[in-house]
Amino acid sequence: MSQEAGVEIDIPLQKETKINDFTITFSTVNGSGSATANTTLLRTLFKMGIPVSGKNIFPSNIKGMPTWYTLRLSKEGFLSRVEQDDIVIAMNPSTILREIEYVVPGGVLLYADHISPPLTRQDIHVYPMPVKQLVKQSNTSAKIREYIGNMVYVGVLSWLLGIDLEKIKAALAFQFKDKASAIDLNFNMVETAYQWAVENLEKTDRYKVEPMNATEGYIMADGNTAAALGSIYGGVQFVGWYPITPATSLVETMNEYLPMLRQDPETGKNTYAVVQSEDELASIGMAIGAGWAGLRSLTSTSGPGLSLMAEYLGLAYYAEIPVVIWDVQRVGPSTGLPTRTAQGDLIFAKFVGHGDTQHIILIPGSVKECFEFGWQAFDIAERFQTPVIVLSDLDLGMNQWLSEPFEYPDRPMDRGKILWEDDLDKMLDKHGGKWGRYVDIDGDGVPYRTVPGNRHPKSPYFTRGTGHDEYANYSEEGEIWEKGLMRLEKKFNTSKNFIPGPVIDTMTGAKIGIIASGSADFAVIEARQEMKKESIPTDYMRIRSVPFSDEVERFVFDHERCYVVELNQSGQLKQLLTLEYPEKAVDLKKLAHIDGLPLTAKWVKESILSQEGEK
Amino acid sequence: MTEQTNVEQSSVNAIGLTRQDYKGAPTTLCPGCGHNSISNQIIAACYELNIVPEELVKFSGIGCSSKSPTYFLSRSYGFNGLHGRMPSIALGTLFADKTLFGIGVSGDGDTASIGLGQFKHLVRRNLPMVYIVENNGVYGLTKGQFSATAEIGLELKKQGRNPYLPVDICMEALVANASFVARSFAGDPKQVLELIKAAFMHNGIAVLDIISACVTFHNKEFHLHSYGYGKAHEQPLHDVSYIPARKEIVIDDFREGTIRGITLHDGSHILLKKLSDDYDPTNRWHALRMLEEAEEKQLLVTGLIYVNPEYPSMFDNYNLIDKPLNRLTENDLRPPRETIDAINEMMF
Repeated sequence: MSQEAGVEIDIPLQKETKINDFTITFSTVNGSGSATANTTLLRTLFKMGIPVSGKNIFPSNIKGMPTWYTLRLSKEGFLSRVEQDDIVIAMNPSTILREIEYVVPGGVLLYADHISPPLTRQDIHVYPMPVKQLVKQSNTSAKIREYIGNMVYVGVLSWLLGIDLEKIKAALAFQFKDKASAIDLNFNMVETAYQWAVENLEKTDRYKVEPMNATEGYIMADGNTAAALGSIYGGVQFVGWYPITPATSLVETMNEYLPMLRQDPETGKNTYAVVQSEDELASIGMAIGAGWAGLRSLTSTSGPGLSLMAEYLGLAYYAEIPVVIWDVQRVGPSTGLPTRTAQGDLIFAKFVGHGDTQHIILIPGSVKECFEFGWQAFDIAERFQTPVIVLSDLDLGMNQWLSEPFEYPDRPMDRGKILWEDDLDKMLDKHGGKWGRYVDIDGDGVPYRTVPGNRHPKSPYFTRGTGHDEYANYSEEGEIWEKGLMRLEKKFNTSKNFIPGPVIDTMTGAKIGIIASGSADFAVIEARQEMKKESIPTDYMRIRSVPFSDEVERFVFDHERCYVVELNQSGQLKQLLTLEYPEKAVDLKKLAHIDGLPLTAKWVKESILSQEGEK
Repeated sequence: MTEQTNVEQSSVNAIGLTRQDYKGAPTTLCPGCGHNSISNQIIAACYELNIVPEELVKFSGIGCSSKSPTYFLSRSYGFNGLHGRMPSIALGTLFADKTLFGIGVSGDGDTASIGLGQFKHLVRRNLPMVYIVENNGVYGLTKGQFSATAEIGLELKKQGRNPYLPVDICMEALVANASFVARSFAGDPKQVLELIKAAFMHNGIAVLDIISACVTFHNKEFHLHSYGYGKAHEQPLHDVSYIPARKEIVIDDFREGTIRGITLHDGSHILLKKLSDDYDPTNRWHALRMLEEAEEKQLLVTGLIYVNPEYPSMFDNYNLIDKPLNRLTENDLRPPRETIDAINEMMF
């Protein structure tokens, strides 16, 4: 009974089975517990060795609004979003009409049978699922019926695609940390649904999964978890933070792992402090205070929070205080789309603060890089005594990604030019008894600093956001002011050689270049492969930091034209490149787009081809 | 002992420092500003308490008051932060080494207007530090606007009449569960000194609201924050004297029978001489009522309004390692190499 009686079926002829290369979209109501079911399936497919990625499209709401979760299986290992729904699981009556429309011809609609959808499509396979009936039979309490209902689709889908139930059970065991009662409760529901499907459904579609070994040696993690762990391995000591979507899970994950990784083995006491502040004005203040006093200090936020931090970031830039800010970007301006992804804070982050301010920016493009930049950000902030803003985004931060494992830091911590008592003595001996907080001794723009707690009588100095001279004395002298800013610029330029350079990948015969950053990478990688198939080779540079290094400059000048691909409206990366290389302004092509969803390879490819066609 | 040796002994404190070692840069505030007198008492308190200047950190926000940390303790670290946001800087800093003394100097604009949120949250967390508000009811640096502590009906040259009731900083502190609240008057140096000393010995936030007359923009004889009004309407709750525990001496000008001892966290004592028999500085409810009644009578009540030495300090909530956090090295901070495999194992 795969179709309702009386509906004329006209499904395109599809003999070929589609294996490990399609998408599954789950349409549910938020707060209904679908995350457990979806994660279970994600884990199962990953454990079956199939490259898989999961994206959660969710509302800014606690309960009752539509939520979508899309799993993409890609035997070739592509992880970006695709604009198509092969299989749709419809659990939400309010969105069913839309979902029916979205299914590709020849695709599959699985629906909870209490919804009774209007069957407007004759070119898709439709399977009902008696969710309510099966849940009722399971004799579970009313309280958990809604949650357990999602396990019905796990069971039916397992039947449909040929997923081994033992693998589902293993995923549930991982999810519930081997708590037998929870595993059994969920797994029984999966089994019941599977059995019901065996007895009542007949498979007419062509989708199947088969075990592979393409995920061996890989992990599955979200960028916020990676950032949290990277920060812990970077020795984070102080966190001042305020909850905001989509950054919240970054510090929450830190709170989960810090007790395990960062307690003194002898005393069981903490080598860190995490303080939830009253707002972002205070988060950044606390983090700057701690950074000033020599702690590896961090705050995490998203666009609106970064706006609130602007004034203190300006002070930290001018007073030269190390601090790390993770901005997990969402869609702005204003409150914007709080649960949708974007790369729209780049320009703001670069210049945040009034007056002549500019900041070092790191832009991780993968989960593994979130980990790496997690620890590297502290080295860079302390080396250059300045804020380092790390721009992640919701897609990278909150979704689960297939990733190479985290690697232990490959070099010792760099605490920068910090002077404790003995260091200061040596410094004073060498420089005739004089030390100045803002004196550029080494000619690289980076001065030496002491921190409160240093007991040397000559170590203390007065830190201020107001004008100061090399010895940290208050000054309103124009000449001194300008000299100070010029040294800051020199310091900023010195940092070019220390921060992560671009990742460049070339193809033989390429005439055009593509430039992107962060999570735009996934769509670009796939688009380049697609274009290559059509004999359009491209070179690609993924920018990982600001200020731009010489390599970035070379790439820009080595290409006749470059398409700058980004997830915002105004082409912010392109703007920064244009500012830096005005001679190449006309050769930098804006490829920017923002609808709150991650970029797709299809859009990247079509946009490039369309602009190329106009030539 | 000859007179000569007496002079020599009194010129250095127990750690061998002179008063000069506690001085700051020359003040740039208006001559006669109450803030300068408070700076002098901070210097005196630190000298008398034998505080090592390098072990103290000064904090301030923005405003006339916030400029004053430059004018005391040049040998201490200082951080002049943003308007109303000194508390967050102080919090982050003091976590780096909890053996440091912290002193914040703020004003009525800095604390009661833009900084009211950070002030109350700092108080609520009970971070150990001295928090002085140099309260003059007016904005000096921007040349004479009303602050949130200005009394209703106050008239200023360019502002007209203030239509709003004032914020009472001591009451705000109490409502936020401050563990030490005092008020004084900059023209009463003896009381200011004793309160600052007691504040330094308190293991928690110590809020001192010090009425400090603005000689330039706000000094009409009949106004609450003026020098004349302060002197005439001051009503000390009790004399306060701080006596370090290591010197078992009793100041003989305390009147017998009215002495009240409070043990501070570090074992030192403050002795309170009550002027009014029914006032108990350990009772928060009485303190609030006293302030309310004083406000009705338009009285400036000075002295230690409330103290609770037992309230856990912020640091007590963080199970921190004994060694100062900022002295930890890579060995303490980077988890060992062998942990990374276990972590990767946990990622699905």
